[in-house]
Amino acid sequence: MGLEAHLKSDGFITTTIDAVIAWSRQNSVWPMPMGISCCAIEMMAVADPKYDIARFGSEVMRFTPRQCDLMIVAGTVTYKMSHVVRKIYDQMPDPKWVIAMGACTSTGGIYRTYSVVQGIDQFLPVDVYLAGCPPRPDNLLHALIQIQKKIGKTKARDFQNKPLPELPIIQNN
Amino acid sequence: MELKELITQKLQENFPDSFISSNVYMGDLSVEVDKKDIVKICTLLKENSELEFILCEDVTAIDWSKRKDRFTVVYHIFSFKHNFRLRIKANVDESDCTIDTVSSVWNTANWEEREVYDMFGISFNNHPDLRRMYMPEDFEHYPLRKDFPLTGIPGSLSLPKK
Repeated sequence: MGLEAHLKSDGFITTTIDAVIAWSRQNSVWPMPMGISCCAIEMMAVADPKYDIARFGSEVMRFTPRQCDLMIVAGTVTYKMSHVVRKIYDQMPDPKWVIAMGACTSTGGIYRTYSVVQGIDQFLPVDVYLAGCPPRPDNLLHALIQIQKKIGKTKARDFQNKPLPELPIIQNN
Repeated sequence: MELKELITQKLQENFPDSFISSNVYMGDLSVEVDKKDIVKICTLLKENSELEFILCEDVTAIDWSKRKDRFTVVYHIFSFKHNFRLRIKANVDESDCTIDTVSSVWNTANWEEREVYDMFGISFNNHPDLRRMYMPEDFEHYPLRKDFPLTGIPGSLSLPKK
């Protein structure tokens, strides 16, 4: 079982750099809690001892985008807020992933109105859409596991020499 | 004298031209006034020692769509002295979509009038800071007007580039 099994033999294993990097990346996903409305309450519950996101190596909620790998967009994104969300996403270092948590974030949800963006995929590349209004904490854990599986399939060279995004000068609305 | 009669009488005495009507519904008194004297009326209601409506709870508006005076601006004010809530209504037509600000009377009216301006496009004369409250400043429409589509006007609000 696991690495310990190899300790009895010569004490080393052979693997690829890609596998090691993907393995370490997928088990240390640091989330950026983009808690905009009620989904954020369930996101907080994920961090508590009952659901315990620390089991998956993602307990380090960073409140600066510069230290994050995963953005959990939890809540209704209005057009006015969309510029802020994008600005924060642009500040996250590559490689980065996005969970669209809940119905509002994924599709606009019950807010079929003029002020709410009908799905954040209109301005962000979303990796996992999460159903529910709000989704239960275990559902968010499921989304995290899906992200981990996705990261596990990546190769280190996928992210090499990726051009930096041209950051637009956003005027304050 | 009952308070409702006192308020009506005071307004009638002081503003015979501007006072239009009053009615009681579900125990709440509403007075309808002309918009030209709205600041004087509000000052009287606040500063008269028998009334003391010192709290402006809300300023909002109604869009009647096809009616001649299209909008009604509604003020909800409260008197702690009498534990009494009063509603003032003033009609505003679309051709002259302005009304004087009462933010000089109640400071709280400042932001509430900005909200009415944002949502209905009624501008408030002499307002110290008449900017949009919720919508972006370059937005050209007024969302709570009846002719504004519920799902918005495509392209009127900007999104960041993907």
